[in-house]
Amino acid sequence: MTSPLDYAIWLLTSLLELGAVYCALRTRSFVRFFPLSFYLLAAIVADITRFAMLKQYGYTSHSYVSFYYYSDALLTICLFIALMGLYSQVFKEMGAEIYVRLGAIIVLVLTAAICFAMVRNSRHLLFTKFAIQLSQNLYFVGAVLTYVLWGAVKKLHETRTRLIQFTLALGVYFSAFAAGYALSVLYPRSTFSGIASDAMGLWLPLAWGYTFLKVPEAARLQTARVSAAARS
Amino acid sequence: MIIAALILVVSSVAMLQFFISYCRSVIAAATVRPLSDQIWEVTGIQDRELRGEEFIRLLQLMSLCPDSGADSQAIAAVRTYFRILNFARATLSGIIPSIVSWTDAELSGCARFAAVALDNRISRSRQLMAQHYSIQP
Repeated sequence: MTSPLDYAIWLLTSLLELGAVYCALRTRSFVRFFPLSFYLLAAIVADITRFAMLKQYGYTSHSYVSFYYYSDALLTICLFIALMGLYSQVFKEMGAEIYVRLGAIIVLVLTAAICFAMVRNSRHLLFTKFAIQLSQNLYFVGAVLTYVLWGAVKKLHETRTRLIQFTLALGVYFSAFAAGYALSVLYPRSTFSGIASDAMGLWLPLAWGYTFLKVPEAARLQTARVSAAARS
Repeated sequence: MIIAALILVVSSVAMLQFFISYCRSVIAAATVRPLSDQIWEVTGIQDRELRGEEFIRLLQLMSLCPDSGADSQAIAAVRTYFRILNFARATLSGIIPSIVSWTDAELSGCARFAAVALDNRISRSRQLMAQHYSIQP
C-alpha cells in the first residue's frame, strides 16, 4: 500500500526535481551540465508516468511493478551517464574524454553481464529481476566510481566549486542507495529502508538545485579545505 | 549475506565521508565573503570570534528574519553536520583526544556559516524595508 507519507515524499521529490531544472535554466547551466539536467528531466517523466500507471493498474499490479523497476534501472543508467559527464569535465583539459566514455561503456556492459549471470536461472520475471539487480549493482558501482572521481578531483587540484559540490552530492546519493539496498537484503521485512530510500530521493534535486542557484560558475574552492580528513 | 553486510559497511562509510566533504564545501563556499559590522551588533559578540556554541543562537536569530527559502537546504545540511560533529565529539573524545580540537575548528566553521546566512537575511530584510518605505506616499 502507498501511504499518504509516500505520496507526500513522491510529490515533493517531483517538485524539487522541477525546481532544480528551473534553477539550471535560470542560471543558464542547463546545457553546460546537460547530463545532470537530463537525469532530472528523466526523473520527472518517470515520476509522472509511474503515478499514471499506479492510478491505472494499482500498486500490486504486474504492470506497475515491472514499470517501476524498469524505469528505476533506466534512471540509474541516466545517473551513471551524469557521473560520466562529471568525469569528462574533470578530465577535459587532459584530453581524456574519449577514454572516459570508453571506460564507462565497458563498466556498464560488464555490470549488466554480471547482473544477467546472477539472474539467468530465474524462470519467472527474468527481465524484472534483471532490472532490479542492475539498479542495485549500478548504485554500488556508481558509489565506487564517484569515490574514484573525488580522489581524482583532489589529486588534480580541481577548484571549480560547482563540480566539487555536484560530485559530492552524487557520492552521498549513490552510497546512500547502495547502503539502502544492502540493508533491504539483510532485513527484507523492514519498512524503514523503503521510506528512508524514498526520502533519500529528495537529496539530489535539493543539493543540485542549491548548487545551480547559489554557486556561480566562476566560484573556486581549494579541495584541501573540503576533504573530510583535512584539518582547518 | 556477507557481501550485503560488506556493501552496507563500505557504502555507509563512503556516504559519511561524502556528506562531511559536501558540508565542508558548502561552508567553505558560503564563508568566502567577509562578515559585516551589523552581525556583531545583532549577535552581541564582543571579541568578533565565532565559536561552535554560537551556532544554535545564530540559527534562532535567523528564524526571526524573513526566509526566502534559497538557503534552507544548505542550512539543513550544515545543521545535520553540526549534530554529527557534536555526537562524534561526545562519543570519541575519550578514545581520540585530538578529535576535540578538530571538532572545535569544524563547529566554529558551522557558526561562521550561520553568521553569513544571518548577515544575508538581515541585509535582505533591510533592503525590503527600504523598498517598502520608498514606495509609500
